[in-house]
Amino acid sequence: MSTARAAAILLAKELRLEFRTRELLSATIVFAMVIVVLFSFAFDPTAAESRRYGPGLLWISFLFAGSLMLNPSFAREQANDTLDALRMAPISPFAILSAKMLANFIFMSLVELVLVPVFSVLYNVSLAGVAGRLILVLVLGTIGLTVTGTVFSAISSHARMRELLLPLLLLPILTPLLIGAVEATASLLVDQPELDRTWVALLAGFDIVFLTASWLLCDYLIEE
Amino acid sequence: MSVTPATSRTAVSPLGVSFNSVEKRFGSFVALRGVSLQILSGEFVALLGANGAGKTTLLRIAAMLACPTRGIVQFTVGQGSGDCSSAVEAKKLTGMVGHSTLLYDELTASENLTLFAQLYGLDDIPVRVADSLQSCGLGSRAASLVRTFSRGMRQRLAVARALLHQPRLLLLDEPAAGLDRQGLVWLGTTLESLRKDGCTVLMSTHARNESLDLATRALVLEGGLVKQDSGSGGDPHPILAALRADA
Repeated sequence: MSTARAAAILLAKELRLEFRTRELLSATIVFAMVIVVLFSFAFDPTAAESRRYGPGLLWISFLFAGSLMLNPSFAREQANDTLDALRMAPISPFAILSAKMLANFIFMSLVELVLVPVFSVLYNVSLAGVAGRLILVLVLGTIGLTVTGTVFSAISSHARMRELLLPLLLLPILTPLLIGAVEATASLLVDQPELDRTWVALLAGFDIVFLTASWLLCDYLIEE
Repeated sequence: MSVTPATSRTAVSPLGVSFNSVEKRFGSFVALRGVSLQILSGEFVALLGANGAGKTTLLRIAAMLACPTRGIVQFTVGQGSGDCSSAVEAKKLTGMVGHSTLLYDELTASENLTLFAQLYGLDDIPVRVADSLQSCGLGSRAASLVRTFSRGMRQRLAVARALLHQPRLLLLDEPAAGLDRQGLVWLGTTLESLRKDGCTVLMSTHARNESLDLATRALVLEGGLVKQDSGSGGDPHPILAALRADA
């Protein structure tokens, strides 16, 4: 069976499991909203301050929400050792990993779909004219976040303190992504928005490097 | 782990497995200490021993879920005349029932079996799944979530999942755990049918399991070493009788 076919089967399983329980998605959306609202109350920013600090607050919310959401990605396969069943199946380990990455990308995109309009209202930032370019930045940033997060979720899933370990491993690694995403988003919130291609290239490079590394190392990530 | 290069095989050939000086360490703990044994195609092996003797580790290595720290594991097709072409080929022919059920609690019985049937690339999936559920007595609960099942029902479904792709090497780790009287009868009948079909079975169990009577060979592990082996073609009953007397 091809890797793509196996990944599609496993992606359908991931989506079915999540949309049946909706535990992860609802908790993550609520958590991300709470962060954005608390930041809003804590700083009570003016329009100029929102344009300056808003992108950072937005992406920090995504990163915190992501570290919460990505943790159970592999950990919940341990309930009945279902990862063993997947590893015994005649499929590529990258199919298992890529299905998790795709599912996490979809879940994170849904979180962002809810959060960005709330951010726009609370921080009084108009995103109407830059929606297409903002979506590009969000997609590139979310790919980096979910690819890296899924890999570290696999690494930390066997650890006893995995809930603490994942953010400790993940957040420092995501620093370049955070800088690139914040700067690219900030370039869209100025008076005359123009997407800064340098930061977009950094985001795309980050995605390519980590996606390639995860493909090369997936055998070791999925094994015992 | 080594899976040596290809020769031809037929779809129904049983799969044998040989362990050559296999050692497995978990940190400083040595679970297996240079185990060498050959399980021939079609054998029904009862793997016995106290807790911590290394039974589960041996089964996990045979299932390619764990790599030996040292030594080689090889899969042989038919009467030892050919080797499996790759790990993927060996996986297609291997099934396992582990300590855990290896099932998703939030999927229905039918969805669980369908998922694994798809991953094994089986055809006629709805028919296979329905037959499988019917044979394990869960036909009427096909649409129920696994989390609503009792321990015995989960175990029956776990066995059905392991048999779905008609494996030629079946690895069973305490398969009778949680089964009621009816479940034990079903398990015994299923294993007997598999033995008649020539499927190789390696079953870790305790001395009170009635399915032990089906064994054609008995192996006792102790401290990660093979302590007793009735051998291929030998009589397992003296070893089993001695263990039953001790139990």
